[in-house]
Amino acid sequence: MADVITLTYDVKKDDFTRAGEASADVKQKLKQMGVSPEAVRKVSIAMYEGEINMVIHAEGGKITVTISPGKIHMVLADVGPGIEDIDKAMQPGYSTAPDEIRNLGFGAGMGLPNMKKYTDYMHIDTKIGVGTTITMEVNI
Amino acid sequence: MDKFYHSVRLDADLCQGCINCIKHCPTEAIRVRNGKARINAKFCIDCGECIRICPHHAKFALSDKLETALHVRKYNVALPAPSLYGQFNNLDDVNIVLNALKHMGFDDVYEVGAAAEIVSEITREYLENHKENYPLISTACPSIVRLIRVRFPNLIPHLLPLNPPIEVAAKLAVKKAMKDSGLPRNQIGITFISPCPSKVAYVQSPLGVERSNVDFVVAIKDIYPILLSHMKAVDLPDMEDIATSGKIGVSWGRSGGEAGGLFTDDYLAADGIRNVIRVLEDMEDEKFSNLKFVELDACDGGCVGGVLQVENPYVAAVKLMRLRKYMPVARAHVDDAESKNDVPWNKRVEYEPVYSLGSDMMESFSRLNQAERLLKKLPGLDCGSCGAPTCRCLAEDIVRGEANETDCVYYLKENLHRLSQEVETLSEDIGKDANGEETISLLRQYMTRIREAMNELDRKDAMKKKTEVQDDGTGTD
Repeated sequence: MADVITLTYDVKKDDFTRAGEASADVKQKLKQMGVSPEAVRKVSIAMYEGEINMVIHAEGGKITVTISPGKIHMVLADVGPGIEDIDKAMQPGYSTAPDEIRNLGFGAGMGLPNMKKYTDYMHIDTKIGVGTTITMEVNI
Repeated sequence: MDKFYHSVRLDADLCQGCINCIKHCPTEAIRVRNGKARINAKFCIDCGECIRICPHHAKFALSDKLETALHVRKYNVALPAPSLYGQFNNLDDVNIVLNALKHMGFDDVYEVGAAAEIVSEITREYLENHKENYPLISTACPSIVRLIRVRFPNLIPHLLPLNPPIEVAAKLAVKKAMKDSGLPRNQIGITFISPCPSKVAYVQSPLGVERSNVDFVVAIKDIYPILLSHMKAVDLPDMEDIATSGKIGVSWGRSGGEAGGLFTDDYLAADGIRNVIRVLEDMEDEKFSNLKFVELDACDGGCVGGVLQVENPYVAAVKLMRLRKYMPVARAHVDDAESKNDVPWNKRVEYEPVYSLGSDMMESFSRLNQAERLLKKLPGLDCGSCGAPTCRCLAEDIVRGEANETDCVYYLKENLHRLSQEVETLSEDIGKDANGEETISLLRQYMTRIREAMNELDRKDAMKKKTEVQDDGTGTD
């Protein structure tokens, strides 16, 4: 028997109606696994923020979640503009989201800071004009 | 007391084994097994959706008979829910309903709306002093508290730890009745006139208190025709003025009423169990900010939408709005320290992880893994023929050991095709094979398995046909 569960989700650009579906699905599975409520919360918030970022800033992408008994490993890989200044992007409140996105209630500049805050490990791999891959882990 | 006590039950004689209820249950608590629906007590939250949807009226809510409420104890008090007032045409004075309840045989009435105003007052105070728990979630609808208890553990700290108006009304009514009648508690009967099964379950298995002070629960739909005739008999000019609730109390009967009594704009009110679940999912992901209070009602339109009532929920809501028009804002107030003590919870609500697939994380993990792989083999049509609402549910039932792959008709058919192909290959081999005997015995085994699979399919078909025949017979309206 494989000792990890791998789940994959496609994220489409500008499809707000479906944004958040992947994190909701993972959340349900973690509850069925009996993962502690605190860890479920961390995973679902971090993943939701990442998913929304892929919808807003990128041309879409793919999320791969690997669940093993010790930790949740998430890879959010998008095709998109890349992040110009990671340090700036990590500052709470800093956002490059256009006005129409802000009007929807997104783009508060808390996406990346929240992802950092709610995960035990986070790494950003970005290339201008190509895309961004964010790897996150939450211990369970 | 059983913490998973439920008032929603099945009448097996009426159940036809169709898939309406399994498809509509918001917590996926129902399965059809051996042609009859079964409710999983751990998942059920007594919302009453299955009662609403069942075309054969096979689902019902346990409640007490009016005779029980009037005759078992010596001194009896009726506790009408605010939504009761929305059931009547052209009602312009709540006193007519209250006097009719006394005319019917109750010794006294205590309006739940009056207790609701006390709860509103104490909630306002609580909100001021507990900003750290914003947004606080209303705990007036027992189905919502049950749902959060099993599915949204991260939101438990946000539950408003105050008793619902039904409980506060019962506590205050007991004190008043003991004083007025001079009788001991065990000779006093407190009867809630209920819009929904959720409150019946609450009384048997309360949340926030060890034991409820309500003794009996009578359904509004059961009392309605009798109450109507007593309302006609009430002598208008001589009618006693016994109403004790104002605008706020009456408004609790519909969605937004409880939140409206908090005098803040920073609230959200959602009604209808599916909408409520979406709000809870979003709250869990911390998508809302700057909210002080969240009112959630399992039924569409709020309590007026309760399944044990007669009037259309939205019509009933309009009637409540008209009725409250010339009422004072509130008539009941917290005037003594004692009634204040009756409001807070004295027992915490604890997380019940009923959705875990196994008994520990390793087992749950391996079962989830197994379910994921099973799901890939199932057809993904969510047809419900297996008795589970979705293929995912069937996969989960299988890994819990509560169902089999052969429950899926598509899996069975697939199996049949595969077996017959193998038989074909084997029979071709017979001619050339030296071990003829062995091949023939293998062939026999395959034939037996095919027969078994056919029998299983027949059994499922027979069950379905039986249902259809009975459907024809009963489908007269």
